[in-house]
Amino acid sequence: MDWLNLLVYPAVRVLVLFFVLLTGFAYLTWYERKLLARFQVRYGPNRAGRFGLLQPLADAIKALFKEEIVPDHVDRPVYLLAPALAIVPALIIWAVIPVAKDFPAVADVPIGILWILAVAGIEGYGVILAGWSSNNNYSLLGALRSSAQMISYELPLGIFLVSILVLAGTFSLVELVEMSRPWWEWLWLWLVFPLFFICILAETNRSPFDLPETENELVAGFQTEYGGMKFALFFMAEYINMITTSAIMATLFFGGWKGPFADQYVWLGPVYLFIKVVALLFLFIWVRASVSRPRWDQLMRFSWQFLLPVSLMHLMGSAVFTVFLK
Amino acid sequence: MAESYLPLLILIVLALGFGAVVLVLPALLGPREINKQKMQPYESGIIPFTSPRRRFPVKYYLVAMLFLVFDVEVIFLYPWAAVLRDMGVFALVAMAPFLLVLVLGFVYELKKGALHWR
Repeated sequence: MDWLNLLVYPAVRVLVLFFVLLTGFAYLTWYERKLLARFQVRYGPNRAGRFGLLQPLADAIKALFKEEIVPDHVDRPVYLLAPALAIVPALIIWAVIPVAKDFPAVADVPIGILWILAVAGIEGYGVILAGWSSNNNYSLLGALRSSAQMISYELPLGIFLVSILVLAGTFSLVELVEMSRPWWEWLWLWLVFPLFFICILAETNRSPFDLPETENELVAGFQTEYGGMKFALFFMAEYINMITTSAIMATLFFGGWKGPFADQYVWLGPVYLFIKVVALLFLFIWVRASVSRPRWDQLMRFSWQFLLPVSLMHLMGSAVFTVFLK
Repeated sequence: MAESYLPLLILIVLALGFGAVVLVLPALLGPREINKQKMQPYESGIIPFTSPRRRFPVKYYLVAMLFLVFDVEVIFLYPWAAVLRDMGVFALVAMAPFLLVLVLGFVYELKKGALHWR
């Protein structure tokens, strides 16, 4: 029965996770379209099913039956590899996020935060390789911008994570959620939440930081040469990353699965996490609907000359707090 | 201990499998009507007259280098962050010179204008 515990049980957990993430992705596209429509006083999708609820299904079937085109001018192996490189990290990063008491999504490893950082590091490759291998001027410009933007915002993001790590004193997200914290620590964390959120927006290439794929100057940036399911994979990766980063922010800043009675009734944990994730996703879409794009030099300056020093100061503050107040 | 990482391996294998299936499936399901126009690079309707395989601005290279320097320094902060609570004031004092050098380097780059995108 040993192999059952070792192989089958984790595999089932993984498949459930994939199912939840893919459904979540499908309905996130619906949620975004509906919300954006309401922000602009439109109805949004309302033809397929009640309230357009079957729209994601229709989109999936359409993407599946599209013609597969691999243009002559692309670097074939890399061109085909890039969408897979975008989707795989998006799917595996969830493994360490706790969804209920003592219950991470896939595995309880003591290196939760390191896993997130490592996988997030791979994420950039999909975009960069896609842009380079497409052999298209728009794609190359998109990939260049994307790589510069991602590494510029990864730095303050990493330092903010160290800061949170200093306060928590553990790499495990399961322990991080379950520990009780004094009120001043929450305040100190929430002080930088807006900046952390800005870093996340830039990392996920979300509007207003979607300069790698600015529709009106670069067509679609790094994904210009992609169509059908390969385009859908990039799309999927971006939206699953939105869900994932929302869950990470909920875990780091807002107590993850915690909420009233979540300790007694385990099933409440995922419900609370879901509510928090949906609220944060609303924030993503709200920002997209209301904020215009910064200029490229403003984007770079903001990261290097503002976020980086502020994150270092926050780290030093956290270190002093931890040593003298705990 | 090592088998607690096995689920992660299963996860990676299944995720790779998912990626492969989703890439192969539409090739079997979709129509195939290839013509010359579909095979050309997209450049808003005109025929491209420059190849993208050319030099790009050195500024991007500079950003990558600065990132590398800082990122390697941040890596040293992770083990320190994990043990800070147990080691207390000693760890704090030990890290101070390192952070000071980091900040000095940052100020130098700032004054040199290396962080300013022109």
